[in-house]
Amino acid sequence: MIPAAFDYQVADSADAAIAALAEHGDDAKLLAGGHSLIPLMRFRLATPGVVVDIGRISDLSYINDGGDHVAIGAMTTHRAIETSELLATEAPLLRHVAGQVGDPQVRHRGTLGGSLAHGDPASDLPAALLAHGGVLVARGPGGEREIAASDFFTGFLETALAGDEIITEIRIPKAAGVGWSYQKFNRRAQDWAIVGAAVMLGDAPKVALVNMGSAPMRHSGVEAGLAGGGGADAASVAGDDTDPPEDLNADAEYRKHLARVLVGRGITEASG
Amino acid sequence: MTAVEDPITTTAIGTPMKRREDPKLLAGEGKYVDDIHVVGQLWMGMVRSPLAHARITSIDTSAAEAAEGVHSVLTGPQLQEMGLWLAPLPCAWPVTEDMVNPPHYPTAIDEVHHVGEIVAVVLADSRYGAADAAEQVIVDYEPLDAVASIAAARDGSATAHSEHETNKAFHWPLVPDPDALEAAFANPAHHVKANFVQQRLIPAAMEPRGVLAVPSPMGGDVTLYSATQVPHILKVMIAATTGIPESKIRVVAPAVGGGFGAKLNINPDEILAVTLANRLGRAVRWTESRSEAAFSTHQGRGQLQTIELAADADGKLQGVRVHIDADMGAYMMLITPGVPLLGSFLYTGVYDVPAFGFTCDGYFTNLTPTDAYRGAGRPEASYAIERAMDILAAQVGIGPDEIRRRNYLAGGEYFENLEVPSTLVFDSGHYGPNLDRALELADYDGLRAEQARRRAAGESKQLGIGMVTYVEICGLAPSRALGGLSYGAGGWEHATVRLLPTGKAEVVSGSTPHGQGHETTWSQIVADKLGIPPEDVTVLHSDTAISPLGLDTYGSRSLAVGGVAIAAACDKVVEKAKQIAAHQMEASADDLEFAGGMFSVSGSPDQAMPIQAIAFGAFTAHNLPDGMEPNLQEQVTFDPTNFVFPFGTHVCAVEIDEDTGAVELLSYVAVDDCGNQINPMIVEGQVHGGIVQGVAQALFEEACYDEDGNLTNPSMMDYLVPSAADVPSMVTDYTVTPSTSNPLGVKGAGEAGTISSAAAVMNAVVDALSPYGVVDMDMPATPQRVWRTINEAKGGQA
Repeated sequence: MIPAAFDYQVADSADAAIAALAEHGDDAKLLAGGHSLIPLMRFRLATPGVVVDIGRISDLSYINDGGDHVAIGAMTTHRAIETSELLATEAPLLRHVAGQVGDPQVRHRGTLGGSLAHGDPASDLPAALLAHGGVLVARGPGGEREIAASDFFTGFLETALAGDEIITEIRIPKAAGVGWSYQKFNRRAQDWAIVGAAVMLGDAPKVALVNMGSAPMRHSGVEAGLAGGGGADAASVAGDDTDPPEDLNADAEYRKHLARVLVGRGITEASG
Repeated sequence: MTAVEDPITTTAIGTPMKRREDPKLLAGEGKYVDDIHVVGQLWMGMVRSPLAHARITSIDTSAAEAAEGVHSVLTGPQLQEMGLWLAPLPCAWPVTEDMVNPPHYPTAIDEVHHVGEIVAVVLADSRYGAADAAEQVIVDYEPLDAVASIAAARDGSATAHSEHETNKAFHWPLVPDPDALEAAFANPAHHVKANFVQQRLIPAAMEPRGVLAVPSPMGGDVTLYSATQVPHILKVMIAATTGIPESKIRVVAPAVGGGFGAKLNINPDEILAVTLANRLGRAVRWTESRSEAAFSTHQGRGQLQTIELAADADGKLQGVRVHIDADMGAYMMLITPGVPLLGSFLYTGVYDVPAFGFTCDGYFTNLTPTDAYRGAGRPEASYAIERAMDILAAQVGIGPDEIRRRNYLAGGEYFENLEVPSTLVFDSGHYGPNLDRALELADYDGLRAEQARRRAAGESKQLGIGMVTYVEICGLAPSRALGGLSYGAGGWEHATVRLLPTGKAEVVSGSTPHGQGHETTWSQIVADKLGIPPEDVTVLHSDTAISPLGLDTYGSRSLAVGGVAIAAACDKVVEKAKQIAAHQMEASADDLEFAGGMFSVSGSPDQAMPIQAIAFGAFTAHNLPDGMEPNLQEQVTFDPTNFVFPFGTHVCAVEIDEDTGAVELLSYVAVDDCGNQINPMIVEGQVHGGIVQGVAQALFEEACYDEDGNLTNPSMMDYLVPSAADVPSMVTDYTVTPSTSNPLGVKGAGEAGTISSAAAVMNAVVDALSPYGVVDMDMPATPQRVWRTINEAKGGQA
């Protein structure tokens, strides 16, 4: 629980953070809310030589109406999202999921950009982003680019973000009136999901699963079933084409079973 | 002097006063060991074994020694050579004469016996520097086969200690009448035989353990600040282990954030800090990190139980026969082998059992040592008998309430001083009305009706109802009884009460709090006894320089032993004050009455003196009876003649989601009887916390080891301690059956919740699944385990 020695830098702007990443390369880690990075450092599972604190970049914390989408600054806290009136109408799934992360102390520190950049397959917010069909804005030395959520999560704690890029904004297509559900199954109230399922209905239904593979994932089989009018029966394939982890809480067989149950419940709730 | 027309009687005892300790603790002003710092202190960094069983072939400390801020690095053999200690860490409870007790030094010498055992100590200027340097110590090990479970220990193909031929540490029998036991099981109408697993638990107190040893440069004295439940026992044991005279050792337990038994020990770090501080002349400190605590602090439970019941056709018990195999872990710590014995007397529960037999085999494993954990042996016992009674009820074809009623001691009627087959004498009990009250509060009939409705409707969420009627032994303990069990100390408690010149009282308590609220409770007792306001009472404790005599806090003993000592010391103060009052009022002491803090002459109510005036008079000593010593200060050492036996009924309801296996605790009713209560709010807090700790064992917690002896869930992310969000609001109520073991009529409440709730919850889980033919399930009832059990019971895919 005692981290190894590291240098600490404060970046007061996105560009300063990008410059620090360019300078230190793989030896640097960005510190946003710290709720993923600091535990890893305390267990000495992460030993960055330089920690670049981006927690004071205030102009990356906002929730704005972007016309056909809601634009959310990367440093916006889970707490700000779970209490946003704009998101209540335009992206209620994301808003609800933000309220399911950890406990209030975690939600006051943790940031949307930090959670997504960490790319943990067991965390809630990547699933919400995937189910919303969101887009991430990444900025690097060469400028900004957009990355679709479905292209973003590439492996275990790996994303499409380049080593010298940071996420600056997350864009969520407006989804007022679209049926949605988030089903989170865990043993204690504040825990990570053993399995989670995010469901968005609408013209192109999307279903994302938590902790069912090495990376946050959408489930095309269930989505196809839903698009074909399968309703809750589409959940019967939710365990297929998954590669869930095994741990003390659940083996793969049980996780696949939970995925089917939770997706089924999600579809039923979203359709209600 | 004023006339006392309406004397105040009993204003504080029985009042749910808010704890005087809390404002400071809630404002973050509590001073814990880790908050105390002294100039020149050195931090210990522990180099711990990553292997459960291995021979140490070499240790290279050169890189660590060269690191910045490092004072020195000491290996086990080097420490041994320094002659810092005379003896290994103590085991105070050699349960049999031939008990195997391998030497347990503060550091391993040539062989490690569990993951986390210390192999070298770094001393450095900072905590971080000590941790960094510890990582640079290179230790080469030759791995040996590890014994990672009781089953492996029994099998014996590997031994936890290379020099041993077997893993068995002792065999302890309690079979008062073997012939009667055999007869009871000869041909019973009903025979229940059940095996239960008491999984290992990590105590996980809110405050981890920590030590700070401060030498006195002039006198050779050393002060140890330790997050301990037992400063007095620690002082004696440091002296016995190190040879430092007791008179040169001061132990202080500052604010201590919970213990649950895990701070009832003599730990390697404590001996290392004291001896190194003494030798180096510099303060030495260490605070365990949360993940370090999973290895460096003892664990609880760890038993395999077999219980058999013999009963007649009506379900009336004829005999109870129990065998347990207990996991000692790698070493015998302070009371490791005694924990199962504490439970041995309770395997007949609250029932009238003609014949009883208990045997226990203790086994060594290459796992962290076990020792006391809330309830210490008694939750295990209560679990076994209460689970088995439900199985018997099902066999007989009657309800769990009825099987209990048919077997209650004294038929559920009031009794006192009743000898039970395990040879103890229960102080008092009245079980029938207690059960009635719990069933009424739980709306037991309503729950059963709802259960029947759900079952008939085939709903996916099924209801289970569980009950437990428990008894526990607490108020540890009559010293003679402990001697009879080969325990290495007594069970008395000491108290000093002073009435100061200004009329304020000062109490010195030998029992030491670590969250129980002693200051509040003691002030209530003293207030009533001396007739002064509770806020005029100051309670001193937990520092052997202030409170030299005491036996500390464990086994729900503080009130039933220490509180009684305080009350008796108050009585002696009042008696002396009465002599002074009589002298000064020129009356006979026999004619004086004492009420509400006033001494008055019977029949002449205008002749009265407040006790505060007497206190000042005792201080000035201007006008005392001939030969009387000045001041009002009295001491009492109370050694009880019997234990106390609190009891109660807990009833809970669980909902099981058959699609996921999730168990939700819907309601929990606890009707406890801890005799007279001093502060009902503190009792309720104890009951709540205790229940949650038992619920944790039933549904959440288990220290999981792989076959190589590695703990696979050492962090709070993986070891699931439930929070308030995971348990329902509890309904608590009480019956009051005063103890006959002490003049206050009090019993004890600290462990009761834990002793009852694991079995109550598991009885409910099994009840919910009983339509599928499920008769038992191991703890914890995780969703995966429940789901799989349902599947198997349905004959489906496992």
